[in-house]
Parts: sequence; structure tokens; C-alpha cells
Amino acid sequence: MRKFYGVELNKRLMLGTAQYPSPAILAEAMRASGAEIATVSLRRESGADGSGQDFWALIRSLGVRVLPNTAGCHTVKEAVTTAHMAREVFSTNWIKLEVIGEEDTLQPDVFGLVEAAKILSDDGFEVFPYTTEDLVVAGRLLDVGCEVLMPWGAPIGSGLGLNNVWGLRAMRAHFPDIPLVVDAGLGLPSHAAQAMELGFDAVLLNTAVAKAGDPVSMARAFAQAIDAGFIAANADPMEPRDMAAPSTPVMGKAFLT
Amino acid sequence: MKISVNGESHDLAATQLAEALIELGYAQMTVATALNGNFVAASTRAQIELNPGDQLEVLAPMQGG
Repeated sequence: MRKFYGVELNKRLMLGTAQYPSPAILAEAMRASGAEIATVSLRRESGADGSGQDFWALIRSLGVRVLPNTAGCHTVKEAVTTAHMAREVFSTNWIKLEVIGEEDTLQPDVFGLVEAAKILSDDGFEVFPYTTEDLVVAGRLLDVGCEVLMPWGAPIGSGLGLNNVWGLRAMRAHFPDIPLVVDAGLGLPSHAAQAMELGFDAVLLNTAVAKAGDPVSMARAFAQAIDAGFIAANADPMEPRDMAAPSTPVMGKAFLT
Repeated sequence: MKISVNGESHDLAATQLAEALIELGYAQMTVATALNGNFVAASTRAQIELNPGDQLEVLAPMQGG
């Protein structure tokens, strides 16, 4: 089983913690999903407010491992500084590295991503890079020390599913020993099942659960789809074919014309 | 001394970072700090002198995807 920097996951889901209707629904959705990893972030805190402290207490009460992100960072320096701040606050070397390159699609600046991944890997971080399905970029990320790759399914928050199935399949075939996570763009449990059927090791999602009318039920649905896709991938799926092949035996069919 | 804290101007009596965080109400909070764009580890805050016009960022855990 491919591990995430030495960590084995029972539930192959990393769940985001943003945009839920309430902290209570976030907690319930997290429990319903069975996710063992929650993504978190850092934002400005007012000395008088302290809302971040309440959130952190809630996450700790769930007993999950946290994966801090560098969401919203557009430069290598911003991302590296944010990663250092996250490591101190969350007491983990894990970092979901985002270096955003374009506002409309929120697609990664893969040049900055590789540069930041090298700086952070050299400094002892265990980097989960949010990247594209580009095989050359993926290779560079591995070269600089990443041991996990997280290609997008579709633009963050779009809910479009897997926009480039061929590219993701090629990535799985090209890096058979590297843990791969589809990160971003999923909208439905069937998208997650499809990612797992392609042989991915986990999916990371947030909006599809948080913005559903019933986040708790949607979290449960994703969990079941991920399990189904994972089991299917390991059950050696049949090869598709262009023409029909009768499943009911033709031999012994009555002559009725 | 006037410095910027999370984008807002503050007039502080404190002259070093650890004291400034107490004065600003962060004493009991889990926060990370950056001064003028550079990370300052909690263990070194007491050695960091502040200067007028400094830009301090104080970040805390928050929801993220």
C-alpha cells in the first residue's frame, strides 16, 4: 500500500474544513466522512476576537491529522513563509503547497510550485503539492523531494469532476509507486469513485461537501463512493470494448421464428 | 510607536515583538507571526526589536480546503 510520508490511510479521503454552514455541521460531516485528514489554513487573527482559537479547538477535538495549506499564495516567498507559520502553529511538517498562478482557474504556477517545493523539502517539510496532470512538472516535483503528488481534477470549487481523465490515467501509469491524490474540482461522489477506479490513492475535496444542501449526507456519500472505487480498482476491472458481447449465453437459445 | 498589525495601524508602548503580542491581546492564543514579510518563530519573538512602520502579521488556525 502506498503511504503518505509513512502514514497509511484507512479512509482515502482528505476533507476540507471551509464553507460549512456551521462549526457543528463541519464536525458532523467530518465524522460522517470517516476522513482521517482535515485540511486547514491560516488567516489574520484579531487579538480581541480569537475565532481561530475556537476553530482549532474544534479540529483537535475530532482527533484527525491536519494538512495545512498555503491557499491564496501567489509567490514562492508568500508560500514558503506561510508554510513556516503553519508548521509552528499546527506542529506538523506536512504542507499542502499551493502557489496560485491564475485567478480565473486558480491553476497552480507550476514553476513557482517546484521552486517552493524544493525550498520546503530541503527544510524538512513533507510537501503535498497541488499541481496539474503535467508529467514533466510531476517529475520535477519528485526530483526536488516531494513524495506525494496532488493533481487537480478541475478548477478549485468548480465541481466539474475529472476534466482530463486521460492525463490522470497517464500519471497513474507513469508513477506507479508514488501516492497520487486528486485534489480539487470534484462535485459528486461519482467523480471521487472514478478517481479511485483510475487507481488514485485518495481524493481531497471541500466545496462538494460543504456547499451541499445536506453536507453530512454528502460526506457519507463521498465516503461510500471512495470505498467503492477503491475496491473496484483492486478487483481488476474488465477491459472496455467497442462492440456488444452478449452476456447471456447464446448456446441453447430456443428457435422461435 | 506606530506599527501595522494585520493591515491596521496600532500605537504600541511595547518595543519588542513578544511584549507587543501581549499588549495586543494575543498572550493566550495559538498564533504565528511574520514581521515585514519574514517568519518569526515563537522562540525568537523576545529578541525581536520593533521599529516604527513595521508590518506585523499575526495568523491563527482557520478553515481551509
